Amino acid sequence: MTARNLIACDAGVLHEKARLLLQAGGRMQMAYAWYPAPGRTELRYLASRKAGEPFETWRVALADGSAQSLAQISPLLGWYEREITDLFGINFSDHPEPKRLVIHEGVDLATPPFSAAYPPEHRLVVRDHPDPLPEIEGPDVQRLPWGPVRADVVESGEFVFYYIGEHIIHLHTQLFFKHRGMEKRFEGLTAEAGVTWAERVSGVGSFAHALAYCQAVEAASGCVVPRRARLLRTLLAEMERLYNHLHYLGHLADTTTLKVAGAEGKYLEERAKQLNGKLTGSRFLRSLATPGGLRRDLEPGHWLADALGTLRKEIEEYAKLLERSNSYLDRLMTTGVLERKVAFDQGATGPVERASGIDRDLRRDHAYAAYGDAPPVVAHETAGDAYARAKVRMAEIDASLALILRILPMLEKGPVREPCAPVGNSEGLGWAETPRGSLFYAVHFGDDARLKRVKIKSPSFSNWRVFPFTVHGSNMMDYAINEASFGLTIAGCDR
Amino acid sequence: MALWTLYGLLEGKATTDWPNGKDDGQEGVVGMPRYRPEKCDKGCTACADVCPTRAITFSEGGAASAPRLSIDYGRCVACQLCIEACPTGAMETSHDWAFGVRERTDLVLDDAGAAEKGPERQSPPRSGFRRSLHIRHVDAGSCNGCESELQALNNPFYNLHRLGIFFTPSPRFADVLLITGPVTYAMRDVVLRTYEAMPDPKWVVATGTCAVSGGIAEGGYAGGHGVGEIVPVDIYVPGCPPNPAAIIQALLLLLDRAPQNVSEGRYGK
Repeated sequence: MTARNLIACDAGVLHEKARLLLQAGGRMQMAYAWYPAPGRTELRYLASRKAGEPFETWRVALADGSAQSLAQISPLLGWYEREITDLFGINFSDHPEPKRLVIHEGVDLATPPFSAAYPPEHRLVVRDHPDPLPEIEGPDVQRLPWGPVRADVVESGEFVFYYIGEHIIHLHTQLFFKHRGMEKRFEGLTAEAGVTWAERVSGVGSFAHALAYCQAVEAASGCVVPRRARLLRTLLAEMERLYNHLHYLGHLADTTTLKVAGAEGKYLEERAKQLNGKLTGSRFLRSLATPGGLRRDLEPGHWLADALGTLRKEIEEYAKLLERSNSYLDRLMTTGVLERKVAFDQGATGPVERASGIDRDLRRDHAYAAYGDAPPVVAHETAGDAYARAKVRMAEIDASLALILRILPMLEKGPVREPCAPVGNSEGLGWAETPRGSLFYAVHFGDDARLKRVKIKSPSFSNWRVFPFTVHGSNMMDYAINEASFGLTIAGCDR
Repeated sequence: MALWTLYGLLEGKATTDWPNGKDDGQEGVVGMPRYRPEKCDKGCTACADVCPTRAITFSEGGAASAPRLSIDYGRCVACQLCIEACPTGAMETSHDWAFGVRERTDLVLDDAGAAEKGPERQSPPRSGFRRSLHIRHVDAGSCNGCESELQALNNPFYNLHRLGIFFTPSPRFADVLLITGPVTYAMRDVVLRTYEAMPDPKWVVATGTCAVSGGIAEGGYAGGHGVGEIVPVDIYVPGCPPNPAAIIQALLLLLDRAPQNVSEGRYGK
């Protein structure tokens, strides 16, 4: 794993530092706050330079409980700053959107949930339902609120459309109905126990979350994961990508009303999930990862390679047919175009950014697990439309299958777990390229070597911020297709 | 399109005939731990110590010297940690996943005997709904694992429609409110309003350990303690997440078309 540098930084120079980073082609990844000691607050900014270079964590001590916003320089930080305001009560001056994000309007936040003074078992209460939405006036402008309970089996979130006829003027996404306060649930847990929670931040990303969390703990304790465990982790991470992407294709075909293709995609997903169950006992690949390796060894026999080989042929056939379906292609091409600059500035990640001409992938650029020994083929496109996003994922399915089949013969007998006990007052950063993009875990341990603060940056938190930019100016008929082409989850974003 | 129609026809039938047939699609999938009291080393509390959701607890047994073990499967997330921690093999890996029950107390196993039963909830009679049931699903703060399995119900393998059970977009047309997640603070009103919008008779299915008890998201500043705090529950389906076959079993149980597998925390009796 490429390392991470910790750099103390004065609040006064932060602005300039961020500007220089962007100028040099770097990128801000996330920001969060924590309390290193009672009465002391620190902001953390995660920055990345070129591929292969270590990540940088900038630590900024806060003197008086307020800070200056960096959202004007790096727009993607806007959401992180608003989250910090909601959860820690820290205000950012010059913020372009000084509004609630993670906690809804109408909730009393006199004592912010992360502050030491917050009563442990007190649950937030929605006192009233103010309407924070913009007024858009004009002849024929209609406002359509949709959610949080929407059609079909979907996650809860509210979407408010302002539109004239078919033309969407503005989309307001009100997420965080599902905010469970997961980051705070980690406080006081042992490193090993934390995995159970990490696996349940985003169900369809269970393994990637467990992996990024474990790698953060391993970075904090300095333990080395045995080779067999690293290879198996890589294999499992790709199995996760496989069923997620198959689900994605099925769902996308369904939104273009290609019903048989929708059903076939979901059927292929089910087959991949059943392979997960047979291999690991869990359709979501849970109860395996642990700091230091895996909880138990796996024996992927010949049956797995055979089953994946059969699946691969069927997927190839399926993808070919999709590529020949004009009605499907017609609905995807030029739909929901995400410009490269918007993708970069607003922090798009994963297949979404790779479809907009940004060639980044943590598996290759900051290799972890066994990706250094078995590098993935990274697909990217430039058009930035729904079709490009689908093409990237289709290519990733095949790359995942190829990678799994390459890893299987590399598995040699050996241990799968090393002792891994973090010492007091240590910290670490872990990351993974999930099926939806970059995932970061920053973990801090207290004096007692128990978790003191865990920050989770999920890929969907990044991509939900980007998504509305592709909706403004588009039309209602394409909305569902566009949303499906992003492949978002809400659980990971809301946490 | 003709292309896809032909393709679909050539693919043949993918649907299982479970529960009439054998293939439930869950080969190898592990379920909740099974407790073997005869193997338990009384006095050891290793299983309770690692249990992340306090599903396994020990309480003083009164006259008996050893502490009394109790397992609340309504809190179990099937993480398998107790099985790995138990030095004597009293916690066993199992394939016990079809855990749907009518009474919350049926999920509680108590070493000393039956747990005290609360007043039995009077579910509205199901006659007339057995062949056609419409469900409104509400996600009240899940991790999306339950949604993934609920969505799977309509894939060609499970094909829920064959059983006369359908998801419906509007609560106005729904017979069942199926809720996942611990019910976060922001979803409380939403759940209540959806429930109130449904016509009588109506039933509630708490799906997944979060919905049954709050699970890993219980408590804290935003999480809840499950659906039961807000609306009356007719069927509890713990599991993290319950797999599609487990959800089907619970829905058929609601309709009196499948037996309940669990009684007083014991599976298969």
